[in-house]
Amino acid sequence: MAVDTRIPKVSLRDVHVAFGPKKVLQGFDLDVMPGESVVVIGGSGTGKSVMLKCLLGLVTPDRGSVKIDGQEVVGISDREREPILQKFGMLFQYAALFDSLSVWENVAFGLTQAKGMTREEAKPIALKKLAQVGLGADVAELSPAELSGGMKKRVGLARAIAIEPEIILFDEPTTGLDPIMGDVINDLIVACVKDLGATAISITHDMASARKIADRVAMLYQGKAIWQGPAATIDKSGNAYVDQFIHGRAEGPIQVEVRA
Amino acid sequence: MIAIDFLGAIGRLFLGFLQAIGTLSVFTANAVSHCVRPPFYFRSIGQQMLVIGYFSLPVVGLTAVFTGMVLALQIYEGSSRFNAESAVATIVVIGITRELGPVLAGLMVAGRVGAAMAAEIGTMRVTEQIDALTTLATNPFKYLVAPRLIAGTLMLPVLVLVADIIGVFGGYIIGTSKLGFNPATYLRNTADFLEAIDVITGLVKAAAFGFIVALMGCYHGYSSKGGAQGVGAATTNAVVSASILILAADYLITELFFSK
Ligand SMILES: Nc1ncnc2c1ncn2[C@@H]1O[C@H](COP(=O)(O)OP(=O)(O)OP(=O)(O)O)[C@@H](O)[C@H]1O
Ligand SMILES: [Mg+2]
Repeated sequence: MAVDTRIPKVSLRDVHVAFGPKKVLQGFDLDVMPGESVVVIGGSGTGKSVMLKCLLGLVTPDRGSVKIDGQEVVGISDREREPILQKFGMLFQYAALFDSLSVWENVAFGLTQAKGMTREEAKPIALKKLAQVGLGADVAELSPAELSGGMKKRVGLARAIAIEPEIILFDEPTTGLDPIMGDVINDLIVACVKDLGATAISITHDMASARKIADRVAMLYQGKAIWQGPAATIDKSGNAYVDQFIHGRAEGPIQVEVRA
Repeated sequence: MIAIDFLGAIGRLFLGFLQAIGTLSVFTANAVSHCVRPPFYFRSIGQQMLVIGYFSLPVVGLTAVFTGMVLALQIYEGSSRFNAESAVATIVVIGITRELGPVLAGLMVAGRVGAAMAAEIGTMRVTEQIDALTTLATNPFKYLVAPRLIAGTLMLPVLVLVADIIGVFGGYIIGTSKLGFNPATYLRNTADFLEAIDVITGLVKAAAFGFIVALMGCYHGYSSKGGAQGVGAATTNAVVSASILILAADYLITELFFSK
């Protein structure tokens, strides 16, 4: 395989994050090339969501480097960060919809705020994005509090892709969805990457989804990316941790501490 | 040993206090700088003005009318001891415009609006909505804090002006119906001895109190953490700190205007 000399779209190097005494990331490395879709897997509470927040500057690493399009973003000012944030779309794990706004206003938010569209211009686009995640125009006028968990997730997804960002971050896009809707969302994510040429980083516990949307898979364990490789090779990774994880076995090198 | 523990506790309290002052100062400077720099979110400013000004009218109006009534009774009782009953109208109007109008309106608005601001922004914080704002390239200070500060500072004087009129009217009702004043005389006594400075100092106070209420609501909401319990604590802290600061600022402003 030829060595890729392009600048990675996203590059994390030796990233350390701790909350008080609790060490979460301890030397995490990951490169994502333009137009690539990477899925990060790993146990609950290992720091996957924290890793995504490092990219957005919502969590500041104690040590290490985060580069977006080759530009260092650790320690830059809010003002310098603004143009960088314009490149991102993020689906939060718990959707994080603005509950003072209606559903379509949520989806249109990035269009009116960041892209400077009027509400009239943004509304048809918002409705189209909602349709892509399987939500009709009747839902558009509701408030987020009136939605089910899975519906919220899909609105969050529509909001993340509405501005057609260069880099899309999905924190558990299919969690809480039925299998059919889950697959619709998988197709949508694949389409975003293929059609828009976006770079995607997704977190998921759903291995079927990971196989479908990932070009490459990275596994996070004890603060490090202990394995990464093409999605097709995940079954023959030769890594005992990965094997245990993808088959969901309680026995193996990963010990989950359960005390009676 | 106990003495050292005790001193240590005092030291920690003092350091914590200094730290709180520091973070609050940074927050205030940041917030004010966003109030004077475009872009402005006129939609949010209008919404907040409606909430603070219009929807607080019933509460503030009721407070004012009863205060005016009580004031008339008490002053009549006091002044009749040295045959100065004719001063009732004048003292009521000066007491209301200079002092009770702004302070009571400020305290009522702190309980009503300050608490709501802290709860709303606090909930947005713990449900990651503030992170989502940032991700959508919208500065939360600009979008959430600045409109509230602007609306609070502008609307409280209006509210106090209305409260002044209602309070004087409360005194008038008691004065004419219970204390036997001639309506025309009562109104003349009210108007003749009232000076512009009485009303102006009251309105300056009101603007300061409006700023304090909004600042405390936003600050405590913005820095809340730890779920529903954290939001509850933020709400309490917003009301208590705003109330204390209002009374302290009241003294300072009075001192500034009248110490000659
Ligand atoms: N703001 C915070 N303050 C303190 N600790 C935090 C904070 N955010 C995350 N953590 C801790 O960091 C660790 C990693 O959290 P994170 O949310 O990244 O997990 P995750 O890998 O996304 O798990 P899951 O799959 O369950 O979503 C957790 O142990 C959590 O307790
Ligand atoms: Mg997570």
